[in-house]
Amino acid sequence: MTPLLQVKGIGKRYGAQIGCADVSFDLYPGEVMGIVGESGSGKSTLLNCLAGHLAPDAGQVIFDTRADGPEDTVNMSEPERRMLRRTDWAFVHQNARDGLRMSVSAGGNIGERLMAVGDRHYGAIRDRAIDWLGRVEISETRVDDRPTTFSGGMQQRLQIARNLVTSPRLVFMDEPTGGLDVSVQARLLDLLRGLVRELGLSAIIVTHDLAVARLLAHRLMVMKEGHMIEAGLTDQVLDDPQHAYTQLLVSSVLQV
Amino acid sequence: MIELIEVSKRFTLHNKGGAVIPVMEGASLKVVPGECVALTGASGAGKSTMMRVIYGNFLAASGQVLVDGLDVAKAEPQEILALRRETLGYVSQFLRVVPRVPTLEVVAEPLLALGCDRQEALGKAAGLLSRLNIPERLWLLSPTTFSGGEQQRVNIARGFAHDYPVMLLDEPTAALDTQNRETVLTLIEEAKARGAAIVGIFHDIEARERVCDREINVSDFNQEVAE
Amino acid sequence: MNEYNFAYLDEQTKRMIRRAILKGLAVPGYQVPFASREMPMPYGWGTGGVQISAATLTPEDTFKVIDQGADDTTNAVSIRKFFEITAGVETTEETKKATVIQTRHRIPEAKLREDQIIVYQVPIPEPLRFLEPRETETRKMHSLEEYGLMHVKLYEDISQHGAISTAYAYPVKVSGRYVMDPSPIPKFDNPKLEMDAIQLFGAGREQRIYAVPPHTEVVSLDFEDYPFEATKADHPCDLCGAEDSYLDEVILDDTGNRMFVCSDTDYCRSRRAAGHVGRLAGEGAA
Repeated sequence: MTPLLQVKGIGKRYGAQIGCADVSFDLYPGEVMGIVGESGSGKSTLLNCLAGHLAPDAGQVIFDTRADGPEDTVNMSEPERRMLRRTDWAFVHQNARDGLRMSVSAGGNIGERLMAVGDRHYGAIRDRAIDWLGRVEISETRVDDRPTTFSGGMQQRLQIARNLVTSPRLVFMDEPTGGLDVSVQARLLDLLRGLVRELGLSAIIVTHDLAVARLLAHRLMVMKEGHMIEAGLTDQVLDDPQHAYTQLLVSSVLQV
Repeated sequence: MIELIEVSKRFTLHNKGGAVIPVMEGASLKVVPGECVALTGASGAGKSTMMRVIYGNFLAASGQVLVDGLDVAKAEPQEILALRRETLGYVSQFLRVVPRVPTLEVVAEPLLALGCDRQEALGKAAGLLSRLNIPERLWLLSPTTFSGGEQQRVNIARGFAHDYPVMLLDEPTAALDTQNRETVLTLIEEAKARGAAIVGIFHDIEARERVCDREINVSDFNQEVAE
Repeated sequence: MNEYNFAYLDEQTKRMIRRAILKGLAVPGYQVPFASREMPMPYGWGTGGVQISAATLTPEDTFKVIDQGADDTTNAVSIRKFFEITAGVETTEETKKATVIQTRHRIPEAKLREDQIIVYQVPIPEPLRFLEPRETETRKMHSLEEYGLMHVKLYEDISQHGAISTAYAYPVKVSGRYVMDPSPIPKFDNPKLEMDAIQLFGAGREQRIYAVPPHTEVVSLDFEDYPFEATKADHPCDLCGAEDSYLDEVILDDTGNRMFVCSDTDYCRSRRAAGHVGRLAGEGAA
């Protein structure tokens, strides 16, 4: 099986400061990979390099494109990369406000990606928006409301719907449950798990919450000071951490 | 189906001055299809450790851990994930689920993960929950609010949802009343009858004697405890 | 005349603006940045249009200025006077006599010819601004033809109002490539954007010039199930009886009486001169 994503030696420096260095891994279709580490460990830099928001200084991010098979997205032309970002890729921001258009209705937010790839039938676009609202458990009656009138959890679910409407194959998530109440987090986790399974999505999830990582990720990668220090099956990394830092990280959590 | 060859396991506590705790040394074990092997030994002797080494969430320090031909000690994560999905089941003592997910879905999940038809999966889950006396009115609630015994039964139902060729059972009959204990033992017998290779921890001696074909004392693999 | 260089601007500036105009004509609908000058009038009063007119006029030209269709509003009168003084060109209120027409918010009803140039005053040239405030991002969207956002705006219209309610500055796609803001003309005028004359657009404050060459395809954006419609008040002109012109509504008193009149004053006047009579002709405002 061809990996959906092959990351090879990705590195990014900010002057003398290391953002991330020499990170490599493969992600297979249907797999969810968690990236954990403290603030400043380089996990967000890595995610942004992978998703094409930042240009890495070194390395390759090879994505198995639908049309032409594996291609290095770092060296792709910008139009190609942007096309990928609104079709086969999705990015869920920690803060829903960064991923939504707050002055546009829920329906318009979901419909945007469809319109961006050329859908021009209002009725059809709206029907799909309503379908997706249902899938993320938002009432159809809210389709014309702006996200400013939504709760934090609803905004986050709307952001997910907006991202998944074009059936991407790879979803990048940056602390998707951060800043939400515990009960709201649970609902979101359940939703994400269901969507990942039903749609056969692959995902890369950055989180500092080990409980979230355990519930969502098949595999885990631990970052410290820009380096990947440990990687493996999620429960193996959490239950039998090998590296000193991971042991510290796991033992610092109240109850995973 | 399961074969451990000279397996050792130790924990290195980097944050305790690098203290090394050996828990298993030269462990060997072979379980054939249709056989149930009990792990025995005093508390702390390493029964659960061995189960976890087989399941792959504890990393063996040396030796081979073969499950259905795959060396779990060295396999790639995706190989282990595939093994767990299709071949290797594990009933732990604790139910770990995403809050809010209905019990029926929790039990059906292993089948859904295999791509089983939804109705069929839910039907099989319902059958198991009934056999384990979980009242139907609870099926659409999340098991996180259930009592310890109920959670344990949900966990067992989930573990038996798919007919795994290899099963690991950690105290499956603990905290169960006579009737439910009987059901669980029957489930184990059924699994053996269809050819499952089983490794289990049973503190319940009667249960152990009824379903297990032989016993392995893990203290033999743990020098500190043995001495 | 001896106080000013011809048409107020110095020759270097005019040359710079002409370059921008030529570039705009070469890439229809593309917003060309230019070094907008301080003009002796405030931003918002047509400084972009005035600079284009100044760079376009020759001493032989006949100049017309319209503001919301009218030749006699303050804005139109002052700009006309400005060029009478600084360029000494002939001015007119008759569309067909003019060779350069500067306009704010309207396209004349009379069909324009190949030997005419129409200059639009543009307040905000960026059609994507409504949804994307970052200029760096909108430029990238233009360069990569990422125009989904434009339809999001129209989607919002339909979802909030049941129809595309955008009535002016209705976005168009020029020559199958650039999405363009046609300036705040009523969408009734959009079909006229495919014309024989040269169309130049100037935004002074935003420092952008863009253009549509003659005979260029200009398509108003829409949805398959909500097609574009050029709408106007469903009424004939009360002065000249025209049924094909864009109308202004005029409130006559506080008892609900009102009249509809052509917004294009030259068109209305010439029809009346030709003997056409509307419902209230002879009674009112004219």
